[in-house]
Amino acid sequence: MRILGFILRKEFKQIFRDRAMLRMLIAMPVIQLVILSSAATFEVRQGRAWFVDLDQSTVSRGLVQKVLASGRFVAAGSSLTMTEANDALLGRKAGVVVRIPRDFERDLAVGPAEVQLVFDAEDGAAAGVLQSYLAAILRDYETELGRRIPSRVTPADVHVRFRGWFNPLLDYNDYMVPGILVLLVTIIAMSITAMNIVREKEIGTLEQLNVTPITRGQFIAGKLIPFWLISLFDLALGLVVARVVYGIPLEGSLWLVFASAVLYLLVALGIGLWISTLVETQQQAMFIAFAVNMVYLLMSGLFTPISSMPHWAQICAQLSPGKHFIEIMRTVLIRGGGIEAIAMPVAVLAVYGTVVFTLAVRQYSKTTT
Amino acid sequence: MSTPRKAVVARDLTRRFGDFTAVDAISFEVAQGEVFGFLGANGAGKTTAIRMLTGLLGPTSGSAEVAGHDVGREPELVKRAIGYMSQRFSLYEDLTVRENITLFAGIYGLSDLEIRRRTEDLLERLQLGPQAGSLVRSLPLGWRQKLAFSVALVHGPAVVFLDEPTGGVDPITRRQFWEMIYQAAAEGTTVFVTTHYMDEAEYCDRLSIMVDGRIAAIGTPAEVKREFDAESIEDAFVQLVRPEATP
Amino acid sequence: MRELLGFMTKEFHHILRDRRTLAILLLLPVAQVLLFGFAVRTDIREIRLAVVDPSPDTATIDLQSRFQGTDLFHLVRHETHTAGLQDLFQRRLIDMALVFPVDFGASLDRAGGADLLVITDTTDPNTGSARQTYARNVIDRWTRERGQASGSVRIVPQVRMDFNPTLESVNLFVPGLIAVLLTVVSALMSAITLSREKETGTLEVLLVSPLRPWQIISGKVLPYLALGFLNVVSVLVAARVVFGVPIRGSIVLLLAECLLFIVTSLALGVLMAAVTGSQRTAMIGAIMGLMMPTVLLSGMIFPVSSMPGWLQVVSHGVPGKWFLLISRGIMLKGVGIEYLWRETAILAGMTLVFLGAALRAFSPRLD
Repeated sequence: MRILGFILRKEFKQIFRDRAMLRMLIAMPVIQLVILSSAATFEVRQGRAWFVDLDQSTVSRGLVQKVLASGRFVAAGSSLTMTEANDALLGRKAGVVVRIPRDFERDLAVGPAEVQLVFDAEDGAAAGVLQSYLAAILRDYETELGRRIPSRVTPADVHVRFRGWFNPLLDYNDYMVPGILVLLVTIIAMSITAMNIVREKEIGTLEQLNVTPITRGQFIAGKLIPFWLISLFDLALGLVVARVVYGIPLEGSLWLVFASAVLYLLVALGIGLWISTLVETQQQAMFIAFAVNMVYLLMSGLFTPISSMPHWAQICAQLSPGKHFIEIMRTVLIRGGGIEAIAMPVAVLAVYGTVVFTLAVRQYSKTTT
Repeated sequence: MSTPRKAVVARDLTRRFGDFTAVDAISFEVAQGEVFGFLGANGAGKTTAIRMLTGLLGPTSGSAEVAGHDVGREPELVKRAIGYMSQRFSLYEDLTVRENITLFAGIYGLSDLEIRRRTEDLLERLQLGPQAGSLVRSLPLGWRQKLAFSVALVHGPAVVFLDEPTGGVDPITRRQFWEMIYQAAAEGTTVFVTTHYMDEAEYCDRLSIMVDGRIAAIGTPAEVKREFDAESIEDAFVQLVRPEATP
Repeated sequence: MRELLGFMTKEFHHILRDRRTLAILLLLPVAQVLLFGFAVRTDIREIRLAVVDPSPDTATIDLQSRFQGTDLFHLVRHETHTAGLQDLFQRRLIDMALVFPVDFGASLDRAGGADLLVITDTTDPNTGSARQTYARNVIDRWTRERGQASGSVRIVPQVRMDFNPTLESVNLFVPGLIAVLLTVVSALMSAITLSREKETGTLEVLLVSPLRPWQIISGKVLPYLALGFLNVVSVLVAARVVFGVPIRGSIVLLLAECLLFIVTSLALGVLMAAVTGSQRTAMIGAIMGLMMPTVLLSGMIFPVSSMPGWLQVVSHGVPGKWFLLISRGIMLKGVGIEYLWRETAILAGMTLVFLGAALRAFSPRLD
């Protein structure tokens, strides 16, 4: 224990003396959090719609007006042929072409009438979002027209009310910010931890330590604890900033989130430790850390839903500690869940942590045989 | 009353890496308080041998005892009783002189009082008092070497291993360094030093020369010179390493 | 010229000697494309449904079976009241709940009609909305088939997704992945190699030699251009062969633009090496400064059009964003340089800016 104290003192001194690294470790995640979180949303602000109105009737013009009045679309242009329209799509002047065929008004009076929507799916996500906007606009227009043609009105059979739970305003920030914060802190903490240990290997001080009576446990604890504490601080700082800047909800217990963070960071850093045992140079450590972080990022469920992945990939995603912590964070902060709700992911993290540490400690041997 | 035990005993100590035999059944003994020179060309197996003796690397076969403990079976006990100064001097450059001393003294389990006492003692002996609070990075190379050596001794080990300690410094600093080695030996510490400076070999009480993993010569400097009918250790060394070059 | 070549050869040897890093550098991008190509999808696969039916009758059962009849919805819970719903949602056991009122069937035949409540877990707004749309479609179809729909107004949208008809996630994703991998790896490599020289002091030696600064930088960095190019080729081959990602435009143009992008990223790495003090800071700077911003701001996952105005301006500074537009344009739309000259010019401009700034920082007077 006492020896651990000496080691910790050394580590902290070294960390705090490296100003540039410290700044990056603490400031970068928070700064990036503030700036980048605004990007993580699927609400397209202004879809650019191109209209090809071949009907030129009251009803068709009404539809155009309705689309523009929704606030979601601006008119990128109009034409009477598809050639210009397609060109607009190619050149990204428009995101969608709304083509109203001839006889639209006439057809609508006796039965269903078609409207063609051609989207620029180069940006598939935006296309999907615009599609859902237009679908809603079309539905509204249907209802509006229905009211205006009294003979056609039939009281709707089923009044469906849709309610969204936990994020009723569909605020992307609530959903994204905590997750982005976690990822940012993880990336930097894991990278720096791995690099730090490999650096000792590179310089030769690791060998020096190996010849002393220091135990593996002491060495590992000495390397992990300082970064663990700093990351926790970073996370706390980030949560405060997130609350102030984005007003994310704190429905559930923040203490629960924090306790889980303690466990989670231990696992994340443990992985950094394990990486360091596999490589010889800081350079290699960086590249592997990058690879692992990419997997983290994309399999965390933050940007693409895990439920959309094929089964085998969902199982792989279980291996990402980030996925579990993000789940915990969202369940607690947005769904307002309690301990029972997060028991499973917490248990997974605990098991995960034990495995990673055992592996890493085993790999890190003071004596090579 | 037992006979004074040998500081280092190696018996057919061997290390193989796959097909390659780096250290080939070497056997030798070093007495307590001796300054033992472990010579050999680069790649002869010196570093591998030292790594085995310090408990960093396990032997493939054979055995060795350092300060009374078997390096194969009790490496951790060996480490408690020895000091080590590696080729790269291994002090933390971003810590101060004092902090380095305190760190290593603390790791070896010295009490706070002892740490303070020995730190002051060491600083005085090296005349590093005014630089106690400076980062090691700012010290010139020669001072760093002397400091590294002293730090290796701070916990009073029975044997200290030095791997190429005098690389890259001027002759005067080298002399001073060897004076420190003599001082340590006089106080009872066994000094096991590898070097490729053949003139330093003359400073040792006994020495051995490794060639291709085996010990090709061992004894006092005088004995070795006699054995190879050489004027200097360097001559003997050249004879061993490049037999076709001798007239 | 000769010195430059000798320099590059030395750097090549250096790269080849570090087997592990080389293996990582060559295999990493392909491995990631394969992994993410298979794993990352954005379509909804299943919706776990809970039904709250206080008074089951033919109507409620009929509608429920409608949901069950789809591939998408899975009825996982059947309750008689709403009390336990919140817990089910919190424990993430269900995605949606269909709540019938009492006497649903009877209400349908009455004048006022019947109410139906659909509760969706919208923690993830995007997925939540998509699920709602699916539910809405099922309910609409059911309502129509009950014979009432023939009278109402119906606008039927015919949707065509141009350039990516099936909204294949992989097609959208691969260009973005290439952008991220290329930019981080290239910047990292050049940052590492240059900061190493700067740190060990050999850069000083080089700067006082007859070699001009731009020659030194080119010599050190160009070998990585070759490596980056190998990466691009391997990733494109994997994308094409394994996932059938189209390359509708000119392959030559695509490869040329990739080369340009690699140079831009290398230049960025040089800049980082120039302004940071140590190799460690340069490395961390490269990863931290490029990874998340490229993923979030380039448009690879979140549309640029959904960012607030000020952030869209910021995104202009991310090279990956321009490369994404170019690569998607060539691969999915099959357009040529006539449509992409602006973006290409911007990338080229960025490269010059980065290099200029780096050269200034590396000026022979070392401070």
